Amino acid sequence: MPRQEALTVRQSQTESKQELYNFKNKRVSVMNKLMPVLLFLCASVSVLTTIGIVITLITETYQFFQKIPIFDFLFGTKWSPLIPPKSFGVLPLLSGTLMITFIACLVAIPIGLASAIYLSEYAPKKVRKVIKPILEVLAGVPTIVYGYFALSLITPLIQKVFDSAGVFNALSAGIVVGIMIIPMVCSLSEDAMSAVPRSLRDGAYALGATRLEVALRIVVPAAFSGIVASAVLAFSRAIGETMIVTVAAGSTPNMTVNPLDSIQTMTAYIVQVSLGDTPHGTVEYGSIFAVGMTLFVITFLLNILAQFIARKFREEY
Amino acid sequence: MNNIFQDANRQQIAGRRRMDWVLHILFVVATSIGVVALCALIIDILVDGLARLQPDLFTNFPSRKADGSGMKSALIGTIYMLLIMAPISFIFGVGAAIYLEEYAKKGRLTRLIQLNISTLAGVPSIVYGILGLALFVRLLALDRSLIAGALTMTLLVLPIIIVAAQEAIRAVPKSRRDASFALGATKWQTVSRSVMPSALPGVLTGVILAMSRAIGETAPLVMIGALTYVAFLPKGITDSFTVIPIQVYNWLSKPQLEFKELAASGIIVLLVLLLLMNFSAILLRNKYQKNI
Repeated sequence: MPRQEALTVRQSQTESKQELYNFKNKRVSVMNKLMPVLLFLCASVSVLTTIGIVITLITETYQFFQKIPIFDFLFGTKWSPLIPPKSFGVLPLLSGTLMITFIACLVAIPIGLASAIYLSEYAPKKVRKVIKPILEVLAGVPTIVYGYFALSLITPLIQKVFDSAGVFNALSAGIVVGIMIIPMVCSLSEDAMSAVPRSLRDGAYALGATRLEVALRIVVPAAFSGIVASAVLAFSRAIGETMIVTVAAGSTPNMTVNPLDSIQTMTAYIVQVSLGDTPHGTVEYGSIFAVGMTLFVITFLLNILAQFIARKFREEY
Repeated sequence: MNNIFQDANRQQIAGRRRMDWVLHILFVVATSIGVVALCALIIDILVDGLARLQPDLFTNFPSRKADGSGMKSALIGTIYMLLIMAPISFIFGVGAAIYLEEYAKKGRLTRLIQLNISTLAGVPSIVYGILGLALFVRLLALDRSLIAGALTMTLLVLPIIIVAAQEAIRAVPKSRRDASFALGATKWQTVSRSVMPSALPGVLTGVILAMSRAIGETAPLVMIGALTYVAFLPKGITDSFTVIPIQVYNWLSKPQLEFKELAASGIIVLLVLLLLMNFSAILLRNKYQKNI
């Protein structure tokens, strides 16, 4: 009798084990089917973000263009959204943005490229190990900190050299934006240069070339697509930069070619309006989106261009 | 005759060598500009800001007078925002990376998602602010709240996390997956118990770096209306808030010199916070780098 009992107990134990096993198996297969779906949803967030950006910009910009003719916006030379007589010509903002970007590229592209050549062709390993992290830190400094730097160090320096420079001027902001994008130009160009195979350099050295000749006539031409792509990306980054120009370049939209003048960029305008607590539905509120749309389209096209250049003109070895 | 050629040749070689030497110096100078700029920036900020780096800065709310003005609300706001966005962006970022690396079939859709992620990384941060304003603040009626800010910043850092996590997952050798499959594990078991544990240090490094990007961002939060003058602490996720860079911006836009010093000391706090985060990311990377 006790033997019989033990047997049934054991039987029920095996049964429950079997059940547990089945349950576990079922859970495993459910997870196996469910997880890809959940993970796909995660991945689609990035696509939804893009769609969200595009839809937002298009709908609000469309409403804005109901009130302000698109022609006046694109070709108007006076931007005066807050003070009557109101006028919404984007060209002053665009010229301000381009001036900052131009100065920034003038600073960043030669310096970044020269640093890249130095790091990839000249620098001993030890120096590279020190310089690269420093450049990484430089790239990680928040833009508001650069804004402070522009206002408290670069602007006074410029004012010492040029008497006519105001507290807010395009030159100071442009230089600092340039400093900010040096690491980007440098690291992207250097990546492109280090992808050039060693054998090309060795061939040139064997023919008696100096290091400079190897760098400028072999490595740079071979890595040219990557270098141009890095310059285009830097340009796009400078256009979208916000806090440095908000803090240091001023808020007077005006069409000027004098870098010592105070100007306003597209990004700085967007910040200015959103600080002012503009009610939803007004023309000023819509103007944020119209300007944002302009900004988005320009940077988007530049980014696509950079990718296109990097892929299309890449020399394969 | 031969001699003349030799002389000319020697001269030409000397000229090329000299050119090499001159440009070498020039390249060194160019490279040091970045280093000098970083040093100048740090010294400038330390000189201006150290004097006001006192307990008041951490325990007091901002006020109209510079003396005794602090950034308690901004510091707490930054920490709250990080606490909200870290788990959300971790889940979505890592999820997307796992999908793209382990599950997605190589096709047009996958290429589109991948292209989209790299394009998103190049969108100016202020455009994310515009999206946040329209989507979270207006459409979802979250108003100018902590959660609206955290969600906007999540969208901003997602591409960074996805790319970093993808690299970490790709670095896990195929043999690990094969071993797991050979033991009879399913796809998800392999991913969750074999691939992810060895990719985790790399993933976390990426997440920390993304967070350090987020605490320095100003523009998108100005857009969604993080207030510049907050004399209270947010009690829930729907309360309004401010963060350190916005507080710094606020102080920076005041004309008085004392506020500029306050801005500098605010920047010191921000930079120390960033340094700590980057340092922990590097530690993490070095500690686990050999284990894969």
